[in-house]
Amino acid sequence: MKLHPITRRRLLLGAGLAGAAVVSACAPGESVPSASGSATGAAPEVTDPAELGDVELVVWDQEVRGSQNDALVALIAAFEEKYPNITVNRTSQSFDDLKAQVSLALSGNDVPDVVQVNNARGDMGQFVKAGQLVDLTPYAAQYGWEDRFPASVLSKVRYSGDATTFGEGNLYGLPQTGEIVGLFYSQKKLDALGAEAPATWEDYLALLDEAKAAGEQPMVLGNIEKWPALHVFGPLQAHYVEPETIVQLGMGNAGATWTDEANVAAMEQFATWGTEGYFGTSPNGLDYDPAWTEFTQGTGVFLPGGSWLATDMEAVMGEDLRFMPPPPAVDGKLATTGGTGIPFSIPAKAKNVAAAAAYIDFITSEEAMQIIADNGGMPVLRTAELAPESGVQKDIYEAFDTVSQEGTLLPYLDYATPTFSDTAGTGLQEVLGGQKSAQDVLADFEADYQAFVGG
Amino acid sequence: MTPYLYVLPAFLVYGLFLLYPLIRAGQFSLYDWPGFGPSEFVGPGNYVDLLGDRRFRDAVGHALTLIVFYSILPLVVGLVLAAILRRGRVRGLGFFRVVIFMPQVIALVVVAVAWHQIYSPTGLLNDVLRALGLGELARGWLGDPNLALPAVGMIGFWLSTGLVMLLLLAGMGRIPNDLYEAARLDGAGPVREFFAISLPSVKAEITTALVLTIIAALKTFDLVYVTTSGGPGTATTVPSYEVYNRAFNLKEVGSASAVAIVLTVLVFGINVVISRIGEERVVGR
Repeated sequence: MKLHPITRRRLLLGAGLAGAAVVSACAPGESVPSASGSATGAAPEVTDPAELGDVELVVWDQEVRGSQNDALVALIAAFEEKYPNITVNRTSQSFDDLKAQVSLALSGNDVPDVVQVNNARGDMGQFVKAGQLVDLTPYAAQYGWEDRFPASVLSKVRYSGDATTFGEGNLYGLPQTGEIVGLFYSQKKLDALGAEAPATWEDYLALLDEAKAAGEQPMVLGNIEKWPALHVFGPLQAHYVEPETIVQLGMGNAGATWTDEANVAAMEQFATWGTEGYFGTSPNGLDYDPAWTEFTQGTGVFLPGGSWLATDMEAVMGEDLRFMPPPPAVDGKLATTGGTGIPFSIPAKAKNVAAAAAYIDFITSEEAMQIIADNGGMPVLRTAELAPESGVQKDIYEAFDTVSQEGTLLPYLDYATPTFSDTAGTGLQEVLGGQKSAQDVLADFEADYQAFVGG
Repeated sequence: MTPYLYVLPAFLVYGLFLLYPLIRAGQFSLYDWPGFGPSEFVGPGNYVDLLGDRRFRDAVGHALTLIVFYSILPLVVGLVLAAILRRGRVRGLGFFRVVIFMPQVIALVVVAVAWHQIYSPTGLLNDVLRALGLGELARGWLGDPNLALPAVGMIGFWLSTGLVMLLLLAGMGRIPNDLYEAARLDGAGPVREFFAISLPSVKAEITTALVLTIIAALKTFDLVYVTTSGGPGTATTVPSYEVYNRAFNLKEVGSASAVAIVLTVLVFGINVVISRIGEERVVGR
């Protein structure tokens, strides 16, 4: 048998047809939107986890760092002791790795029973919209979570069933630890300047000028990664913009604007800090970690940053390191960027939802908070009570307690829309480096925000 | 039938891991899809959006700028170096070859991390500048909106020069010595020798070098990802980084696929042109 050689054209035609067949055969993703309310509604039966029979609970988390990992290991041991029928199968990986995996895993059928999902609209919001997470509201009633947690903390894990509203509605996860962004400072440097910790923003701004005049670098920021600047701008914004408005903007809910006078004033102040060297010569060329390392070695007076830096910096600076929440916001109350560690959620397709809920309840209980504190983490509840006797951690625990109970924990600005971490990170770099004006960058912010809330 | 059966295993692997992903990417680019959940067919919408997308245009512009650093400069420097080495019979040639080729052997991420360190405000480059009394030039190189792209480009230059030079040196090694002798007898100096003999003899190598380095320039991802994440602002973003950013950070898989397809076409197109030009000249010789 002799075959005609396939001509190039025919081969191309064939490949084209095959391609077209593939293209028309299946659209990417699921062809039918899964009902967003599929996992909500029906109240679960109140079962004692001990009576669930033998269960292997699959848990994915990102608590790989020292104190957080130690706390979870201890908690899991205690959980398994309490419920011998439940075995916890835990996989731990870095935040970025988990984040990349979760979106793939949740769309499949083989999902973990408990998984940590970032609060942001780009993460939790998208999964809620796709109906991939269990609404925990019934469990909240069963276990009394609403009495356990302050409303401002729970609001960061609440979405409406269709994910249009963030901050109200169903409950999709529970956090274990707290986080707060504030001002680290060197007590020695303040003493040398003959200054006290600033009580108002005016004091703070004046103190920065004083430090600059004295030849010190007023603040330290390493922003090559783009996101660190969000933790500097967030608290500053509250000096100009009503915290309520910031929450609206930061959670991507309709009704606010980025381009009003107050926001412009905040962004212009931020631009001044960047272009006039308040962060040294090139914050955009410096990495986040070397920046705080430099701070521990004597560069700068203030370091605006998150509580997670405290342990490593205290190891070098000891008693010299202090922390304060930013001075009271424009409404007179404390307000700063902060919130909770990454919350623990239950995927809609999880096989052991009841046991998963029991696990989440256990690791966020009052006793759990004690274990977290014992291991050196900052528990989200009972924070003031569990605060250490002295040192920078005492400052931080007290600051978190005051702000979360009496003030406003402002959302991380990248919660706002699925694309806002990119928009904000890029924009703040441009303002810092003088590449764009405050107005232009705010116009970009506004465009992103309006496109999301409008569409 | 037999010949095709022989080709079949290789074709299956090729088809499975190259053609199929490519076709799928082409298909994804026609949808509005966050990477999970339902998708919406938008036809050429993603491509139309790219036309008006300033950030995408910037990214392509940056990639074209990188060609200067990855291909053109290394070619010029490589030609000169190779000609000198060919002519000079330098001692310890093997040693220099190893040193110059070294960047090609190191994993790109390692290269990027090392250069990231060199460019940092307290890094080697600034230390050297300060030691030379040029302290006022010291800066965070990767944070400077005007210098970040050239800084990334210089890494590419450092990377490609060795490769280009080795290719050219191999080409020049094939030129028979009597050609040079004849030229010298006719009174040609080193410059004349270079333009009359060395350069025309290595056209094929030049074409290969250009194709390889231009592909590397257009595909740049690791360097940008590790050193600047496309910043400051969008000053160093490149198409490959946009693909990653759109797919994994912005969850716009459709748009990311469209960028990827455009990039593929661009790489393909530019290299077809270069190969054609190279071939024609070689044939015409």
